[in-house]
Amino acid sequence: MATVDLKAVKKRFGSTEVIHGVSTSIADGEFIVIVGPSGCGKSTLLRMVAGLESVSEGEVSIGGKRVNELEPMDRDIAMVFQNYALYPHMSVRQNMGYGLKIAKLPKAEIDRKVDDAAKLLQLEPYLDRRPRDLSGGQRQRVAMGRAIVRQPKVFLFDEPLSNLDAKLRVQMRLEIRDLQNRLGITALYVTHDQVEAMTMADRMIVMNAGRAEQIGTPLEVYERPQTLFAAQFIGSPSMNVLDGVAADGSLSIGDSSLPLHSRLSGPVTVGIRPEHVIPDAEGPLAMTVQMGEPLGANTLLHGRMAGRSDAFTVSLAGVHHAVAGETLRFGVDPANLPFFDPKTGQRIEAEA
Amino acid sequence: MTEAVKDPPPGMVERRGAGLWVSHAIMMFGVLIVFFPIWLAFVASTVTQPEITNPPMPLWPGDQFLVNYGKALGSGVNVPVATMLVNSMIMAIGIAVGKIVISLLSAFAIVYFRFPGKMVFFWLIFLTLMLPVEVRIVPTYEVIAGFGMLNSYGGLILPLIASATATFLFRQFYMTVPDELAEAARVDGASPMRFFIDVLFPMSRTNIAALFVILFIYGWNQYLWPLLITTDPSMNTIVMGIKQMFPSGDDIADWPVIMATSILAMIPPVIVVISMQKLFVRGLVDSEK
Repeated sequence: MATVDLKAVKKRFGSTEVIHGVSTSIADGEFIVIVGPSGCGKSTLLRMVAGLESVSEGEVSIGGKRVNELEPMDRDIAMVFQNYALYPHMSVRQNMGYGLKIAKLPKAEIDRKVDDAAKLLQLEPYLDRRPRDLSGGQRQRVAMGRAIVRQPKVFLFDEPLSNLDAKLRVQMRLEIRDLQNRLGITALYVTHDQVEAMTMADRMIVMNAGRAEQIGTPLEVYERPQTLFAAQFIGSPSMNVLDGVAADGSLSIGDSSLPLHSRLSGPVTVGIRPEHVIPDAEGPLAMTVQMGEPLGANTLLHGRMAGRSDAFTVSLAGVHHAVAGETLRFGVDPANLPFFDPKTGQRIEAEA
Repeated sequence: MTEAVKDPPPGMVERRGAGLWVSHAIMMFGVLIVFFPIWLAFVASTVTQPEITNPPMPLWPGDQFLVNYGKALGSGVNVPVATMLVNSMIMAIGIAVGKIVISLLSAFAIVYFRFPGKMVFFWLIFLTLMLPVEVRIVPTYEVIAGFGMLNSYGGLILPLIASATATFLFRQFYMTVPDELAEAARVDGASPMRFFIDVLFPMSRTNIAALFVILFIYGWNQYLWPLLITTDPSMNTIVMGIKQMFPSGDDIADWPVIMATSILAMIPPVIVVISMQKLFVRGLVDSEK
């Protein structure tokens, strides 16, 4: 149990800088999810905390102590890998106890700790099996077990659920969260899946191209995205983005115009979440439907803004039978729309 | 035939009826052709010298089995075959084990460590693949003679103990081992050697077994090198020893004893192959990951 602090952490491979300075403080017992598309540097960042990659610049500290120069084992961390990385020739018991065996703990104590962890993870019936005789979910649990027997200060997860099927993933998500809660161990969790990030995180770090775009609770990021990237990456289906021009209390997007509650002017990018549109026959926005996706509880309609090429998606509650080519009109509540600078992608705070 | 086609066992091409007999007949014929010379050698090792030299040669074993084999093992022509068998055994096991240990370690270094000139070393090792013993035999002899290792087990084993092939094989195997395994071991606190001993070595055991069979036979069949450096008959290995048994000049070849020696020389490799067959096939076929 410990805090983790990153101070302007940078990573360079040769002359290419892949992480451009990430700073954050993680509180004791917090569950932090690092989320971003592949290649954004999220795994690299995690591996720097783990000690598997060197830190090119900046400082990583765990529990207030600088760990840049320490080997992974001396950092008091445990890591769960994407492909589990279980030792194939060892039984589940040996896999879980290997770290303790290296730490030269007495055999009885190793057995006791492994038994406790196995009980916690319901792995008791499998202790003498080899990893290849286990299902994906069970292997995942063994990997977790290997991490918890060592009672580390920090858990590091590198996309641990991406090899599981969808249903198991939902279940393991809850299990991991529950386990971390009970043990109270600080956790850093890397994923590219924004649903995982939303559901598991106390706070999340949205990363893009080696930068932390936004750090905040899932709802903060969802409701007040600080950058266009964060706005589009979080939320499913992703946020619609339209370019318009603001002037005199209204925003014109092509032929349509939306009333504005703020004194913006000039070109802006506005984000409209598909689930925030209000069907309204008199509404200011029009869309030509191209395709519908009935999901049961709601229906997604994909299409284009009437008279423009911008793709647009709306999510309507319940079942909707829309025909391709049909034109739908709708409005939005202008009060909470996020505006972004079209050049930098940064949020424009709209003062009323 | 129609029922036969209906339900073939999965993964196998099944033959029934005439096809089955024809394929078995061909196989048996092949076995006979391969086995016949060995049979003749065995027959020759159980009869007396005049019976061999006077045509026609016998096709069925005689009653001299114990006499000939006793003579071969106990006294031989120059040196007892038992001594040569022991020499060959030490040399073959020394070469096989040595090659495996060295190539396991060098492949480990090449795959898991970053050191200056890593690729240069790899290619140097790779280049030696192209140099068989015969090409470097004169300088090697010079070196071994300089160290005073003629007529010694060290001299027999050391020049043959490095193996580019085995290094390359283990390198390829290690490359298929996921990096995360090494990282997990690092997080668990295992030192590199600990990782090698606890994880890589047990994972390579089927490859090691397969390689052991191949290398044992390679070592056992060495001919030119032992011929060159063992002048003392008590250091002769069996493969070269057989050749030494042929008489020079007008002496008479003691064919029954020579044939008994040949048969004896075949036994250890056969035992190694048969006893390690299961592991050998597994090592070639599956990779346990």
